[in-house]
Parts: sequence; structure tokens; C-alpha cells
Amino acid sequence: MTYEALKITITELAPSALFEEGGEWLNIFISPDAFPAFVQQLRSTEGLDFDSLFCLTCVDWKTHFTMVYHLSSTIHFHNMVVKVKLDRNKPEIETVSAIWRTAEFHEREVYDLFGVEFLHHPDLRRLLLTDDWVGYPLRKDYEDPINMIKL
Amino acid sequence: MDVMEPIQSNQPQFPGDVYEAPGGGFMTSTLQDVINWARSNSLWPLTFGTSCCAIELMSTASAKYDYSRFGFEVVRATPRQADLIIVSGTIVNKMAPVLKRLYDQMPDPKYVIAMGACAISGGPFFYNTYSVVKGVDHVIPVDVYIPGCPPRPEALMHSLITLQEKIMSGMTRDQIRRQHNPDL
Repeated sequence: MTYEALKITITELAPSALFEEGGEWLNIFISPDAFPAFVQQLRSTEGLDFDSLFCLTCVDWKTHFTMVYHLSSTIHFHNMVVKVKLDRNKPEIETVSAIWRTAEFHEREVYDLFGVEFLHHPDLRRLLLTDDWVGYPLRKDYEDPINMIKL
Repeated sequence: MDVMEPIQSNQPQFPGDVYEAPGGGFMTSTLQDVINWARSNSLWPLTFGTSCCAIELMSTASAKYDYSRFGFEVVRATPRQADLIIVSGTIVNKMAPVLKRLYDQMPDPKYVIAMGACAISGGPFFYNTYSVVKGVDHVIPVDVYIPGCPPRPEALMHSLITLQEKIMSGMTRDQIRRQHNPDL
């Protein structure tokens, strides 16, 4: 599907979604409430068939978090990016590990380094850091006076 | 100029004096010097690379630079058969206990080369983080530091030859320790 056709189909699926122009791929912002149903539709709607999640990450904008999901279809060879703004004080989002299995580890990594809670995740533990680690190192306000110089 | 010329002129000579005599000759030396001479020309490095410096290390080991010309022939995959560890890359906090264990498993005398900025001080990029060891000498004692990011194979070769000179110059770390504390 082309960029324009993809945009029309997705507008029909989620009229409330906001598009962000200027990127190479279709960028879309969606609210955390509408997110679970929306990604399920992206996966199962015929013609979209986003069967591959090739990047899952989080960005700390100091005022809020943004979850970023890069999706791809191995049938139609189109890509898109789904973004979700999260409250920085209580970052919570529904897991996508039931839809894309690969998300299980990626979400554990984001949980480990940003402290985002993934609701209904089957095994939400720290992945890279030790289990007794305090804090989330990739947050902008992370402090480690022993190892890090404050710039 | 032939690039091999300075290298060959730096090549360690047999330590001792040769005396010509009718029908042959003889040489004198000390056992310590002969052992050091032999030791320095047969250093077996451990297979150990944690980041991009290891690429230069592999390049130094392969045909173009070929450090086996200087006696670093046999790269060992087990610390029990190695006597040199070239720390080529960043050491993170999770890797530090592994490095320490590998070092402890190596038989004495053993030598360490800290290759590149990360192994010397934590590195140019990763210094200011929660996860990086700021210099491998926080974990194990280092014999030769070779700066660079990464150092070129020539630089690594220089550090290897420097280590040979160091070995030939005197006693091992263990011998020095025993000299200061005979009860060990």
C-alpha cells in the first residue's frame, strides 16, 4: 500500500489519530486508551497485515514519554510508525507481546531502562540490569553520582 | 625505507656474551635472562575482545600484520593455557567479574595489555554512563597501555614489543612481590 492509501485506511480505522508529517514513513499518534484495539486492527485488517514489529522503543522528552513502535508488513512491504504519549509520572501502556511475540523482550528492555509498565505482560522483569537495581538509567533525570559526571 | 628495518633492529637479541674459541665457541648468561628471553618470545594471548578494538586485534593477528612473527603465535580459547590477555574493548560492570575470573584462571606469570581508550579509561564515548568500568586497571593490573580509538595494528604491535622488552628487563610481578614479602 502506498503512503497515501495507508493514510486513508488508517484514518478510517482510527479517526482520532493524529498524523505527523515529514518522516520517511507514516507517523501516527494515538492515545493510550485507543492503542490496544488499534494495534490489533493493524495486525489483522486485510490489506494492512502489519505482521512484523521491527523496533520498539521509548523516548524521554522530560515532560512526557513517547512509546515508538515501528511496524512492517512482510506481505505488502509497507511500514509505519505508531507513537503513544505517556504520562511521565505514571507510564503505563498495554502490552503488544500477544500480537507480536518479539515485543516480550523489547518491552522488558524498555521496562528495565525507562520504567514503563506494560499491562498484562507475561513476564515483566528487568532484562539487562540486575534485579536489585534502583532507578531507570535511560531517563533524563537519572542520577548516579559515583559513575556519572553531572553535565 | 624498509618498514621492517626498525622492527628488526628492535628485535630482542639473545641475552648473553658470546666467546669465540678454537673449534666453536661458548656463551655466558644468567638463567633468569634466558628464561625471560624465552618467555617473552612465546606469549600466548587469550581470545578476548569486547568491542571494536578486537577487530584491529584480529587484523594484527591475520596475514597482513601477522604478530606471530614476534612470538604471539597461539591464541588460546582457554585462560588456563594463556599468559597474556589483550583487553580490546569496553569493559562494562557486568563484564568486569568475568574478566577478573579469566585473569585469575591464567597461570603465572601473566601479562595484561590495555588496548584502546575504553580499556585505559572508560572510553571517549561511554565514559559518562552508569554501566562502564573507567579503566580496566580498576579490575586487573595492567602492564602496557596502548592509546587509540582503536589503535592501529602497528600501535598494537608496538605495545606487544614493549611488553617483550618489559619482560626481558627484569623480574615478573610475582617475583617482585615475593622479594618484598618472602613469607608469601
